[in-house]
Amino acid sequence: MQNDGLPAKLRRIRALVRKESYQIIRDPSTILIGVAMPIMMILLFGYALSLDVKSVPVAVVIEDTSPVAAELVAGFRLSPYFKTQVTTSMAAAEELMLERKADGIVRIRQDFSRNLSLGKAEVQVLAYGGDANRARIIEAYAQGAVGEWTARRASAGEAVFGGPVNIQSRLWFNEANDSHYYLVPGLIVMVMTIIGAFLTTMVMAREWERGTLEALFVTPVRTDEILLGKTLPYFALGMIGLALCVLAAKFLFDVPFRGSILVLTVASMLYLLVALGIGLLISSTVKSQFAASQLTMVATYLPAMMLSGFMFDLRSVPVAVQVIAYAFPARYFVSLLQTVFLAGDIWAIVLPNAAVLAGMVVVLLVLSVRATRKKLA
Amino acid sequence: MWASISRTMALIRKEIFAILKDPRTRYSLLLPPILQCLIFGYAASYDLNDVPYALLDQDHGAASRDLVARLDGTHVFHQVSYLVRASDIKKTIDDKTALLVLQIGPDFERNLLLGKPANIQVIADGRNSNTAGVALGYLGIIVDGFNSDWRSLHGLPNPPVQVTVRAWYNPSLETRWSMIPSLIGTITLMQTMMFAAMSIARERELGTFDQLLVTPLRPGEIMVGKAVPAMLVGLFQATNILLVAQLWFRIPFEGSFFTLYLGLILFLLAAVGIGIFVSSMAATMQQAMLYSFVLIMPFALLSGLTTPISNMPEVFQYFTLINPLRYAITIAQRVYLEGVGVDRLIPYLWPMALIATFTLSAATWMFRNRVA
Repeated sequence: MQNDGLPAKLRRIRALVRKESYQIIRDPSTILIGVAMPIMMILLFGYALSLDVKSVPVAVVIEDTSPVAAELVAGFRLSPYFKTQVTTSMAAAEELMLERKADGIVRIRQDFSRNLSLGKAEVQVLAYGGDANRARIIEAYAQGAVGEWTARRASAGEAVFGGPVNIQSRLWFNEANDSHYYLVPGLIVMVMTIIGAFLTTMVMAREWERGTLEALFVTPVRTDEILLGKTLPYFALGMIGLALCVLAAKFLFDVPFRGSILVLTVASMLYLLVALGIGLLISSTVKSQFAASQLTMVATYLPAMMLSGFMFDLRSVPVAVQVIAYAFPARYFVSLLQTVFLAGDIWAIVLPNAAVLAGMVVVLLVLSVRATRKKLA
Repeated sequence: MWASISRTMALIRKEIFAILKDPRTRYSLLLPPILQCLIFGYAASYDLNDVPYALLDQDHGAASRDLVARLDGTHVFHQVSYLVRASDIKKTIDDKTALLVLQIGPDFERNLLLGKPANIQVIADGRNSNTAGVALGYLGIIVDGFNSDWRSLHGLPNPPVQVTVRAWYNPSLETRWSMIPSLIGTITLMQTMMFAAMSIARERELGTFDQLLVTPLRPGEIMVGKAVPAMLVGLFQATNILLVAQLWFRIPFEGSFFTLYLGLILFLLAAVGIGIFVSSMAATMQQAMLYSFVLIMPFALLSGLTTPISNMPEVFQYFTLINPLRYAITIAQRVYLEGVGVDRLIPYLWPMALIATFTLSAATWMFRNRVA
C-alpha cells in the first residue's frame, strides 16, 4: 500500500482523490446535488415540463341557437386541445377568465348562422395574453378547430373550400413534434453545469474560506496535484450524471440518438472541464462561499438555462445579448448536444463548437492554476 | 414587549449594517438582479425576429416571386441561400444555415391558375421544435395573406368562417410582457432565500450563533431579526426589477403598487421562511447553500415561468401548491398586466401566508430544541 511502484506524484493525487471521495460520500448535501438532483431533474424535464398544449380550458359562448352553431361548438368539444365550458352569456365567460378558470373565450354571435349563409360568418376568439406563448398557441388551435369544421362541412357537400396555397410542412429530426427532443439537451447541460461548476465552487470556496487549503499548501503536494485531486472526483460525478441522463433519454423518453457515443462523450468531457475551470477560478478569486455561489449562479447556471438556446432561440435577441451568450460555454454545448442527439455527427457543427470549448478549457485551466498558485506566495 | 421590540430592532440594525458595510455583498445584491432582468428580458422570448430560410424555387413564376417578396418584406424572414437542387436541402438544414427550406414545385403557378390546390413544401429544423413551430406559424400568416389577396384578385369566394383573434392584456402578444413581471418573483426568490439561509448558517458555522443565543434575545426575536433584513433585500431587488420593467422595457403597469407590494411582502416572507427553515436543517454553510439550491431548481421549473402549470401531470401540479414562486408569478403578472385588485388575489395570498407561518414556526422550534 505504501509503495506499490507508482510515481510519488500519482500516489499523492490518489490520496487526495480518495480523501475527496470520502468527503463526497459522507456529506449528505453533496450526495444530494451529485446524485439526487440529476434524478430529480430527469423526472422534472421528462414529465413536468411540456410546452405541448393539451386540454386548454376555454369558455364557449353560444349566442346563436341554430344547429350549425351547435355543430361548431361540438368541433371545439371534440378537439383534444380544448376543454370547453359552454355558456350563453359573455359576462359569465369573462368571469371565468378573470377567475383564471378559462384561458380563452370563443364567442359565436347571434347572427352566426345568418352570416354563414351569406359566406361572411365570424368566430371571435379572446385569449388570455398573460402567457403570450400559450395565447398564440390557443389562437392557432382555435383557427385549426374552425378550419376542420369548415372542411368537414365542405366534404359533406355544403360548400367548396380550400386555400389557393397550402403549406405542407415537415419537421426534420423531430417529425412527431415531441418537446422531449429539445428538453434532453437542456437537461444534460443543466446537470453538467450544476455538478461541474456549482458543486466545485462550493467545495473549493469552503476550503478557501476556512483556510484549510493553505494547510494543504504546506504539505509536499503541489498546486496542480491539489487541483487534480480536488476536481477528479467531481469530474467522475459529472460523467455519471451524463450517463444517467443519456439512459433516461433513451429508455424513458424515447429520444433518438443519431450521432456517435464517442462524439457525445468527448464533447461532454470538454464542457465538464470548462465548468470545473469556471468553478475553480471563481472560488479562488472570491473566497467567500456566499459570494462564490452567487457568482457561479450568474456565470454558469443562469446562462445555461436562458442563454444557451435550448429553450429560447438566440437568433432573436439583440446583438449585445448575443455577444454575451457567445462568451458563455453553454450555447456551444447545447448546439453540439442537439446535433449529436437529433441530427447525427454533422462535422460542420461539431468541430467548431468543440474547438471553442477546447479553447475555453485551456484558458480556464491556465488561469485557475495561476490563481491558486499565487496564494502560495 | 417594548424591550423585545427594541432588542429585535437592534439585531435588524446590526444585520443591515453588516450587509451595507461589505462592498462584495453590496454589489452581489445590487448588480446581478438588474443585469439578469436586462439580459433575460431580451433573451427569454419565444418570439422570433430573425428566421433565416433557403429557397428552392422550381417554378420561377410571378406567383412564387410574389410570395417570396412577401416573406422578404417582413424583415423577419431573410433568405440566406438560393438552392438549385433538392439534394442541397439536407446540408442546408444539417449545418444550420437555414431554419426553414421552402420548396416551390414546378407546377405551382399552373395549379394556382387552374384553381387546384398549390402546395409549397416547407422543411423546418426541428432540433428546437418550439422555435421551428413559431417560424412555421409566421409563415402560415404570410401565406394566409397571400391567399386572401389571390382570392379577391381572382374573384374567388373567401372561406365562409373567419376567425378574429384578440388577446387580453397583451394585445401584440409579446412574450416579454409576460416574462418580465414574472422575473420580479423569480430573481428575488433566488437571492432572498439563499441570503436568509446563509446568514444563519454562517453564524452557526462560525460559532457566533451560540453567542447570539446567550444574549437576552429570544429564538423568536433572532428569527425576526434575521428575516426582516433578508426581506428588505428582496423588496429592494424587486423594486429595481420593477423600475427596469417600466423605465427600460416600457411595459405599461396597469395595477396598484399597494396590491403588488402586499403580494411581494407575503411572497418574500414565505421565501425567507423557507430559507431559514433550510438553514435550521443544515450543519454548515455549504449544506445550507446546496439544500436551498436543490429547492430553487424545482421552484423555478414548476412555477409556470417557462411552461404552463396546467400542462404538468397531476402529481407535479400538487407540488406547485407549496411553491411560493407559483403564486408570486401569478400575482405579478395579474397586477402588472391586468391591474386586478386584492379581492381577485386572495386565492394566491393565503397559501403564501400559510407557507411562511409553517416554515418560520418550524425553524423556531428546531432552533429552540437543538439548543436545549
